[in-house]
Amino acid sequence: MRKILAMAVALASGAVLAGGSPIEARAAEKLKAAWVYIGPVGDFGWTYQHDQGRQAVEKELGDKVETTYVESVPEGPDAERVIEQLARAGNTLIFTTSFGYMEPTLKVAKRYPKVFFEHATGYKTAKNVSTYNAKFHEGRYVIGQIAAKTSKTGTIGYIASFPIPEVISGINALMLGAQSVNPDMKIKIVWVNSWFDPAKEADAAKALIDQGADVISQHTDSPAAMQAAEARGVKAFGQASDMIKFGPNAQLTSIVDNWAPYYIERTKAALDGTWTSTDTWGGMKDGEVVMAPYTNMPDDVKKMAEATQAAITAGTLHPFKGPIYDQAGKLVVKEGEVLPDKDILSMNWYVKGITDTVPGK
Amino acid sequence: MLDTAMLDATILGAVLASIVAAATTLLLASLGELVAERAGTLNLGVEGMMIVGAAVGYATAYSSGSLLLGTLAAVLAGAMLSLVFAVLAIWLATNQVASGLATTILGLGLAGLIGSSFVGTRVDAAPALAIPGLTDLPVIGPALFGQDAFVYASILLLIAVTWGLARTRAGLVLRAVGENHAAAHALGHPVRRIRTLAVMFGGACAGLAGAHLSLAYTPFWASDMTAGRGWIALALVVFSAWRPLWLLGGAYLFGAVSILQLHVQGFGLGIPAQLLSSLPYLATIAALVVISALKRGQGAPASLGVPFVPDR
Repeated sequence: MRKILAMAVALASGAVLAGGSPIEARAAEKLKAAWVYIGPVGDFGWTYQHDQGRQAVEKELGDKVETTYVESVPEGPDAERVIEQLARAGNTLIFTTSFGYMEPTLKVAKRYPKVFFEHATGYKTAKNVSTYNAKFHEGRYVIGQIAAKTSKTGTIGYIASFPIPEVISGINALMLGAQSVNPDMKIKIVWVNSWFDPAKEADAAKALIDQGADVISQHTDSPAAMQAAEARGVKAFGQASDMIKFGPNAQLTSIVDNWAPYYIERTKAALDGTWTSTDTWGGMKDGEVVMAPYTNMPDDVKKMAEATQAAITAGTLHPFKGPIYDQAGKLVVKEGEVLPDKDILSMNWYVKGITDTVPGK
Repeated sequence: MLDTAMLDATILGAVLASIVAAATTLLLASLGELVAERAGTLNLGVEGMMIVGAAVGYATAYSSGSLLLGTLAAVLAGAMLSLVFAVLAIWLATNQVASGLATTILGLGLAGLIGSSFVGTRVDAAPALAIPGLTDLPVIGPALFGQDAFVYASILLLIAVTWGLARTRAGLVLRAVGENHAAAHALGHPVRRIRTLAVMFGGACAGLAGAHLSLAYTPFWASDMTAGRGWIALALVVFSAWRPLWLLGGAYLFGAVSILQLHVQGFGLGIPAQLLSSLPYLATIAALVVISALKRGQGAPASLGVPFVPDR
């Protein structure tokens, strides 16, 4: 269905955009920047936050930029057509904001060497293609500690989307954080095989609560799980946006995606003519991973969370610092070492203490 | 490593309650579509009508503070969108499949537009309505009698549709129109008007299903929040061989398997999550195929999907 909708959107936007003559942007002219979104801007999650970043660019740079976006673009061939259309329509800076846009972005970039492309969460760059991502696992480590302090049953419930490295590393970071407080913490993981399906996310939260989890964490995009936790009287962590409104008594904190600093910096670079292909992985230090206010917890837990956040921001604490063992008990990261970024970005194994298995392994 | 907790009666009750809630959205939407199809019109716009119902219902409830008003607005919105489809497909005799798809696309866009200023807000969920004496029963009490009004409405609607189609004159005429519109026309029945009403009933039910999502199940608004449930409702109608009671079975089976697979995952039995996620679809298809095979001769309404143009 999304496919059909996106096709219609793509056709419609193509028709509108084709009206203007394709021009090469010159430094003095308005910079046209475009965003390609996987979901609707109204998802109050991943896409919503990217769109907040786009709006921040408009606000910051005003008349110097003209931004557009296409929402609900499925990953795959449709994405390529949408990206190409945006390039043809005279956009000189294009942000593609989902992992599956990686190959389509690279393909189109080859055909439009003068257009700058920015691909979120991927790992392949080109002369005119940058990649960017945020270290959300830093936030997950903090919430793992909070969960271990807060939980009475000793069981964390985790609603996961798809078994890709970003999600797996999030689960591991949370577990390592939890184990740093209580080595016996348990985790129950439910995969909903979707980024956005509110009813299913709520069902998953209820199932986890029924099975004894009393702190719920999610790596899906809607506030449904937060609401379910609020209704059942347990605690939860928000995702992507501050979800306190949906869980005034349930939310401990949220890991908020803040793309605005990066988007503004890159758009300025494109305007100044200083844009070069980069590979950026910002975290708490860069203001990309922001923790919503710590709420519904005792002061000592709040102090601990703030201290951990400060240590990660200062670079003195790394979520994946050794010793880290895998499920089989094999030492993966030695004492005094940290897991290299590339290993975090390709993570497909669970740390010791998780009794589940990685789906498909 | 099954927890002993699984056997706990209160938990069992909670799980059953989740199943009933999950099945209700599907039952509401598919009952309406069943009526539309029995009258001979295939409306693929269920997803669109449902999401518009969810958006309008939420917007109205949030603005007015009344869940009842929101629900009524959702029902009306679903019916209005289905009227657009009815004008195209029934009165202008356009291709029903194309018109239905257009209705869904229109609905998704319209809902996004209506809901855009409500993103990030919330309302209180529709309250559970206790039935004295019954709600306190162990296990089945909370599952069946501790639900919100949408659940009770879906059951009442099921009874009404089953009885109405089989036992009333209006139901007989509606079925006649769906089976052979030329003959019904010759007998003096207003085929297109009856079909329009049936389609609007379907739209109203889809709107109600949408309100169930945005006002009770997950009481907030987000674009695309129906996440394909309209399509599942459509499929259930076909697999139930256009019979309301089988529809009930299909919707509850689908709801049960989709909730239970989450529990199986939580127990960490090591079954691939991807397989478990596809189980509701597989189980529903398998069950309904078996039922259909056992009782033959109950196919689609003969005039389903065929536009009616009266010859004068």
